[in-house]
Amino acid sequence: MKINVTVNGTAHEVEVEARTLLVHMIREILNLTGTHIGCDTSSCGACTILLNGKSVKSCTVLAVQANGKSITTIEGLATAEGLHPLQEGFKENHGLHCGFCTPGMILRASELLANNPNPTEEQIRWGISGNLCRCTGYNNIVKSIQYAAAKMRGDALPSTEPVFV
Amino acid sequence: MIAQPFQYEAPATLQDAIGLLQKYGDEAKILAGGHSLIPMMKLRFATPGYLIDINNIPGLSSIQEENGFIRIGALVREAEVEHSALLTGHYPIFADSTRLIADPQVRNMGTIGGNLAHGDAANDHPAVMLALRARVVATGPKGSRTIAIDDFFQGFYTTALEPEEILTEIQIPIPPGHTGSAYYKLERKVGDYAIAGVAVVLTLDGNLVKSIGIGLTNVNPVPMRASRSEEFLLGKPLTDENLAQAGKLAAEDCSPSTDLRGSEEYKRDMVAVVLRRMVKLAAERAK
Ligand SMILES: Cc1cc2nc3c(=O)[nH]c(=O)nc-3n(C[C@H](O)[C@H](O)[C@H](O)COP(=O)(O)OP(=O)(O)OC[C@H]3O[C@@H](n4cnc5c(N)ncnc54)[C@H](O)[C@@H]3O)c2cc1C
Ligand code: FES
Ligand code: FES
Repeated sequence: MKINVTVNGTAHEVEVEARTLLVHMIREILNLTGTHIGCDTSSCGACTILLNGKSVKSCTVLAVQANGKSITTIEGLATAEGLHPLQEGFKENHGLHCGFCTPGMILRASELLANNPNPTEEQIRWGISGNLCRCTGYNNIVKSIQYAAAKMRGDALPSTEPVFV
Repeated sequence: MIAQPFQYEAPATLQDAIGLLQKYGDEAKILAGGHSLIPMMKLRFATPGYLIDINNIPGLSSIQEENGFIRIGALVREAEVEHSALLTGHYPIFADSTRLIADPQVRNMGTIGGNLAHGDAANDHPAVMLALRARVVATGPKGSRTIAIDDFFQGFYTTALEPEEILTEIQIPIPPGHTGSAYYKLERKVGDYAIAGVAVVLTLDGNLVKSIGIGLTNVNPVPMRASRSEEFLLGKPLTDENLAQAGKLAAEDCSPSTDLRGSEEYKRDMVAVVLRRMVKLAAERAK
């Protein structure tokens, strides 16, 4: 089947099987390998992308379900001016170690901040409850998201010094 | 994991969708949010020949108040239920239950209609709808019919829907004054299916229970109403002894199985504990 999708602002006509998963279309047909496959069972969040602005797990969506819709992957966040505030936040706050979970974390966090520009720590932790990280212990991810939220609001940036807990 | 090949259809009207269901019969499955069906297709527990995607059908995605009922379209996403002021304002049980369903990404896709039509006693909305005494509207070749929630769940993954019918709407009565509601499920980790879950909706007359609905999650092969607990509490004050007895009755009447989430005995105990707590919380909210 032929489907039409806009990926990171560029329109594509893509030939897929009805059973092709969205994550495979993104990685193997469009060659955007920033979107990762972890569990393949909608549990880990590594495959999270934005579909019409909503974060979804692309291992549990068929490519045909994205027909006519817009997709944002991690490759679509940085602009000519530089990194997205979330990317900067993760970079400055040690929000990643191996980086496997990071694209999914960042896309999920981007919808969270679009809905709630000033989330509490509790709201951030609930907000990323569908994303697993085997490395960081989450504290620096929360800090990274707080940093990005402040930057996006235009507030003073919180300290990037490590917090020992 | 990739599903077995199938033909995909995305009809633009309800009539076309019903026509396709008539044409393909048992071979066809409806696709709503896909978050129960696609995992099953990937594991090849489900192998439909035809997938009828109903997401392009207009008019199934709104939440409205009309003639004493809140009408929820089948395609309303869990995330929309979670943040609907109309629903959570009348019934805090919707805020309680939706935030415990999986995680934000799953809730962005999963629909309330699919959560019921799947007929899975592990899902959270069946118990909530039993407690609310909801009605389900099914639309098929002969038009629409209304099904009382007590007639909807018929067996293991089996509902009253005919193969040619689409669940189009869920109707919930606007609550009278002094109504409270609450839901909690015990879970191993955030977003897991319940070890045991209890949904309570009650209306108080002073200190006495005027009406009550109690639904149980994942402790029975079929979503279950705790009928004896409801009958026992009717007309009574919510004393500790009465709450204990209501919990005991539900623990006796349900039929949980021992599995990775716990032993049968443990689950029965937890039904009693969560039931007591949820009746108390609903009563506080009713005041
Ligand atoms: C990781 C994960 C965790 C989850 N955890 C929970 C949880 O804790 N609690 C919970 O309640 N759920 C949970 N779910 C299930 C989730 O809520 C599903 O989205 C929901 O059960 C089904 O809704 P859907 O719209 O995705 O339906 P689909 O998967 O599209 O469909 C499910 C079934 O219902 C049928 N169907 C769907 N819509 C209709 C309709 N309108 N008319 C007739 N038939 C229809 C389909 O043909 C199919 O047989 C989880 C899912 C995942 C992937
Ligand atoms: S790969 Fe999709 S949620 Fe883990
Ligand atoms: S940084 Fe390694 S999984 Fe999160």
